[in-house]
Amino acid sequence: MNVISVPGSLDNQSVDAFLDAVTNEQEERVLFDARHVRWVDPNGMLGLLAAGSHRARTHGTLPVLQVPESADVTGYLARMGFFEQAQHHFEIDAKVPRRSSGASDVLLEVTPVEANADVHAVVDRVQSRAGTILTKTLGYPATAVVQFSVILSEVCQNIIEHAEAPGWVAAQAYNWSRRLGRWVVVLSVMDMGRGFRGSLTDEHSARYGDRWSDATALEAAFLHGLTRFPDSGRGQGIQQIRRQVRRWDGAISIRSGTARIGQVPDWDDTPPLVEGMLPFPGAQISIILPAKEGGS
Amino acid sequence: MSEIPTDPIAIDVGGLVQSTVASLYSHLVTRQTGRAVRLAIETRLADAGRHSISLIDLSEVSILDFSCADEVVAKLLQRYASDDVTQAFFVFRGVIEPHRDQIEVVLARQSLAAVAETGEGAFELLGVASIDEGSAWAELEARGRLESRQLEGEPSRIAALESLVSRRLAFRSPVSGSYHALSRVVAHLI
Repeated sequence: MNVISVPGSLDNQSVDAFLDAVTNEQEERVLFDARHVRWVDPNGMLGLLAAGSHRARTHGTLPVLQVPESADVTGYLARMGFFEQAQHHFEIDAKVPRRSSGASDVLLEVTPVEANADVHAVVDRVQSRAGTILTKTLGYPATAVVQFSVILSEVCQNIIEHAEAPGWVAAQAYNWSRRLGRWVVVLSVMDMGRGFRGSLTDEHSARYGDRWSDATALEAAFLHGLTRFPDSGRGQGIQQIRRQVRRWDGAISIRSGTARIGQVPDWDDTPPLVEGMLPFPGAQISIILPAKEGGS
Repeated sequence: MSEIPTDPIAIDVGGLVQSTVASLYSHLVTRQTGRAVRLAIETRLADAGRHSISLIDLSEVSILDFSCADEVVAKLLQRYASDDVTQAFFVFRGVIEPHRDQIEVVLARQSLAAVAETGEGAFELLGVASIDEGSAWAELEARGRLESRQLEGEPSRIAALESLVSRRLAFRSPVSGSYHALSRVVAHLI
């Protein structure tokens, strides 16, 4: 059994390299060694679920997950509802804490998204928690909870409408005191479906010819609003998400297959387009919404 | 024959969401939900006759996403705009500020316009309209009704009002030829 080391900090900055390492591992049985994880955000949690799901699907056996040694990290993962989902995609090598049924500081626990009703449930669930976090922590206006819910709905629908496979969503607020000097909300949505290229190929690949790739498919959808549907009312979800994220000075990026495309604000130094990663199924969407400057 | 040969219909979208998607949620989110609500509205209108005027009430809807706005507003308007047999007119009620952007975006994308109550008793023309259409609509909205004789010798005003009628943004009585602001036609339902 080969070992895949989970990075000590598994977040939006390290998840792509982690998924590349997962894709690169050809051994049938693998163990995900997460013992030394000290920090994990929604992108990291969903990335880990996607990695386990991918391994189970392609190799026919559940990979083993060694849970973090830090009780704080396992406790946090439990509060985020990670283990409830992880048990479907991993053999977990230890007893893990249960999620408390009491009050929670979590914005949105790791939630599977497979059907229309799941999106309704997610939007409903965040109402009370998002209101407090967006207004008090990020300093956004009271109406921001509606716009946040619209983003959440549209980004989750990407799974139902385009992926044709299940996915997950999770969100949480963090104090990025060292990295940005402000609080942020991190929202992550990932699925194990056919990806942007797979969704758009039949309708749009011909006009791109040899240039058709994961990167051009992402550009087509992300920058130009192309969709596989001929209906002119379609394809605006991502465009409107980008517009709202820009208004809040936030960052949004989407990895699909071998490429990641992003809308990068001034405070972020990640490149707007990354190509040449190893092919990973589905789409991995990260949205980071910072507090208004001077707002928290 | 009545000046307005139809009884306006009030359609509560919040109630339709709950009955259509069989849930407790009143959020108008997801394309699937929007499509189901639009089809339910179309079913209500199927027996309404050649003319119908509907008040689509969004007052009880707390969240409206772009996909639903496309289905329940843009596609609903498109469906009847291209129908030469029936003339269906719509007024959208309860278009509060958090809904407005979604509705304006989907209308603009399809070059559509709609009459909407955006505050208590305050109506606006949302979406895409020419300057002449906008002026004619504002005058009609302010006055409630314009008689044919008030427009004699003013072909440009008549043309703008006719354009509003053809876009189903104003109603012209087949009896008197007068133009009516849609907000007044549905006023008794609000």
